Amino acid sequence: MTAIQHKPVSPVAHLTPEDVEELGRLLDEIREEVVSSRGARDAEYIRKVIKTQRRLELGSRAVLLASLFPPAWVVGTIGLSIAKILENMEIGHNVMHGQWDWMRDPKIHSTTWEWDNVTPSEHWKHSHNELHHTWTNVLGKDNDLGYGIMRVDEDQPWSPALLGQPFYNFLNMLVFEYGIAAYDLELFALGKASAEKKAATWAKGKQVLRKVRKQVLRDYVLHPALSGPSFVPTLAANAVANLVRNVWTHSVIMCGHFPSGVETFTRKSIEGETRGEWYLRQMLGSANITGGRFMHVMTGNLSYQIEHHLYPDLPSNRYAEVAPRVQELFERYGLTYVSGPLPKQVASAWWKVIRLSVPTKADLDKRRARKARRATGRRPAVPAQQQETVLEPVA
Amino acid sequence: MTITKTEAVESTSTRTRTLSRTLGRVAEALCTPLVPADYLDIVAPMRPGARRAKVVAVRPETARATTLVLRPAFRWPGHRPGQYLRLGVDVDGVRLWRSYSLTGPQRPDGTLTVTVGALDGGAVSSHLQSVRVGALVEVDGPDGVFTLPDVAPAKTLFVTAGTGLTPVVGMLRTRLADLRDVVLVHSARTADDVMFAEELRDWAAQGRLRLVERHTATQGRLTAAALADLVPDVAERETWACGPNGLLDEIAAAAEAQGWTQRLHTERFRPVLVEPGTGGTVTYGRAGVTLEADGATTLLAAGEAGGVLLPSGCRMGICFQCVVPLTEGSVRDVRNGVVTTATAEDPALVQTCISAAAGPCALDV
Repeated sequence: MTAIQHKPVSPVAHLTPEDVEELGRLLDEIREEVVSSRGARDAEYIRKVIKTQRRLELGSRAVLLASLFPPAWVVGTIGLSIAKILENMEIGHNVMHGQWDWMRDPKIHSTTWEWDNVTPSEHWKHSHNELHHTWTNVLGKDNDLGYGIMRVDEDQPWSPALLGQPFYNFLNMLVFEYGIAAYDLELFALGKASAEKKAATWAKGKQVLRKVRKQVLRDYVLHPALSGPSFVPTLAANAVANLVRNVWTHSVIMCGHFPSGVETFTRKSIEGETRGEWYLRQMLGSANITGGRFMHVMTGNLSYQIEHHLYPDLPSNRYAEVAPRVQELFERYGLTYVSGPLPKQVASAWWKVIRLSVPTKADLDKRRARKARRATGRRPAVPAQQQETVLEPVA
Repeated sequence: MTITKTEAVESTSTRTRTLSRTLGRVAEALCTPLVPADYLDIVAPMRPGARRAKVVAVRPETARATTLVLRPAFRWPGHRPGQYLRLGVDVDGVRLWRSYSLTGPQRPDGTLTVTVGALDGGAVSSHLQSVRVGALVEVDGPDGVFTLPDVAPAKTLFVTAGTGLTPVVGMLRTRLADLRDVVLVHSARTADDVMFAEELRDWAAQGRLRLVERHTATQGRLTAAALADLVPDVAERETWACGPNGLLDEIAAAAEAQGWTQRLHTERFRPVLVEPGTGGTVTYGRAGVTLEADGATTLLAAGEAGGVLLPSGCRMGICFQCVVPLTEGSVRDVRNGVVTTATAEDPALVQTCISAAAGPCALDV
């Protein structure tokens, strides 16, 4: 992809400003309908998911007490992996978005929820809810575009270090929860940070370490110790469950904004953005995953990424219900609803990571031009990482 | 010998305490980031100590009031007659809390009773009319200062209207034996709308109290003047009154005029409000929510509508469970119009349930 503003033919050229505002109004209408009909049925849904998740987790951990016995190990590990995925995706991520705050249940509330992940909820809510959901797919603003370590858009500048990005992405996938913790601390931008910022990062880092210690103690010391002679197999089961969750969540999240067909935006393009334009950016900046009910729940309904980005705080069980109406609006306004089965979307996202690690001739030319500018003292106003490089239309 | 024994007992109990504390910490570490109670709630929501109660019986009191018998899972700390408890129930998926007067002492089987009148449009009251036996409700309390003194007064008067009878019946059921010269003036729409009617009329027949029923459908509303006619020695009586604000205001005015204010105790269902002020932008700092609230909407109601999780209690300015720091700006007490102003250097604690925005303001919650 290339920032929508730099495409030879913009996919939104056929829309007038009035169209965009009308589209926003229609999307607001859908939102209002859901908000005014939230009730007992939805509350029952999330309570059922939480109950199921906790029973599954307790049951799996109980089975793992006998993990020396291979079938118990297999059953327990599968159960624990599913429980951990449910906790992070359908429950944790969505509760922290405030999707269930309307229930006024202090136990299921964005301000009190702490998830089973080394990233403290507070950090996640800032980097994810505030930054990513506000600046979705805006180059130089939305760090989720490559997490600051990868190039996932033609308009992000290429550098030789990026040759290794397929490898970084693979590593990041294996240890994803730690990757997120490091990313939320903005460790990769720390070199250029002020002393004040560094001190704040250190304080946040200590919070992460505290959380890591608790998580590690639980998964790798206490539960294995409870298993007695099954100490080592239980430890391995916890490690595998965490690994499975890392790989799964990383894959699902790559499918949200990286597959081909998803649009990106330049920083200038969102100055003075209206409600309608914000909606339009969310519509074009996200991709869905098609599949069965179990798959949707396991992705935390992030398989309805488009609907989630339009309405991040609506209950996740409602995304499937509003999806046909959202899709109908895409058709009516001549926009592309990017969607596909999980393997296809994962492959598409990975292909982008691999493809963009290798520079094209144009990338190399631009890099040379940047260097030349720097040599003549015309420093860019923004750090290279965040720079909007393409000022001329892409050929 | 004795000393050694005591020491042994002490060190055993210390050891037991240390052991149970250590086990508690291990259980917490095993459950992190949740707490053991989160898992226990799934398998045993009514385990000893849980702050909830089971509805063990439901019986209609009148056509418009229902009595609930509740068995708390936790050790009930005891209450004084006239006090209330708070019930938290999920109405259409939303957790709502309301206060209900306890209508009697805790029974030997551990149960408590409350009687809920079907207030027009009251979400929780309507919901509780049709609650089924076996349902679980969240419980908090007891609380309330509308109670009898330990030493019974020489002459007692109770003035109640509608569900205002509930705290008084709690007092009568517990203390009628040691009260002398009791008059109860109760106002209800019709004879059939009188709650606990049989019990009250029995007491009256036995001469244990003088019961005056006022049926508003035929006799009109109870006024302070009518009360003075019904109870000529009203000024000499220690009086407990509970009912709608209109009635209580009249009685308070009469008491003031006749100089027996110090003998009058009242409990209101709702706070008395003054004309609303301007309203403004309210920032709920830690929740990260900013919203516009008018001068008639309390900070509690506005915050809840905006998805902010706020502590709350009686919702009428009595229990102080909803107090949070005001860190910036001004708020207005909706009962009397008094404005409280705070700055970051000099924050003030305010009750969100009876405070509305008076211009822009920020709460640290």
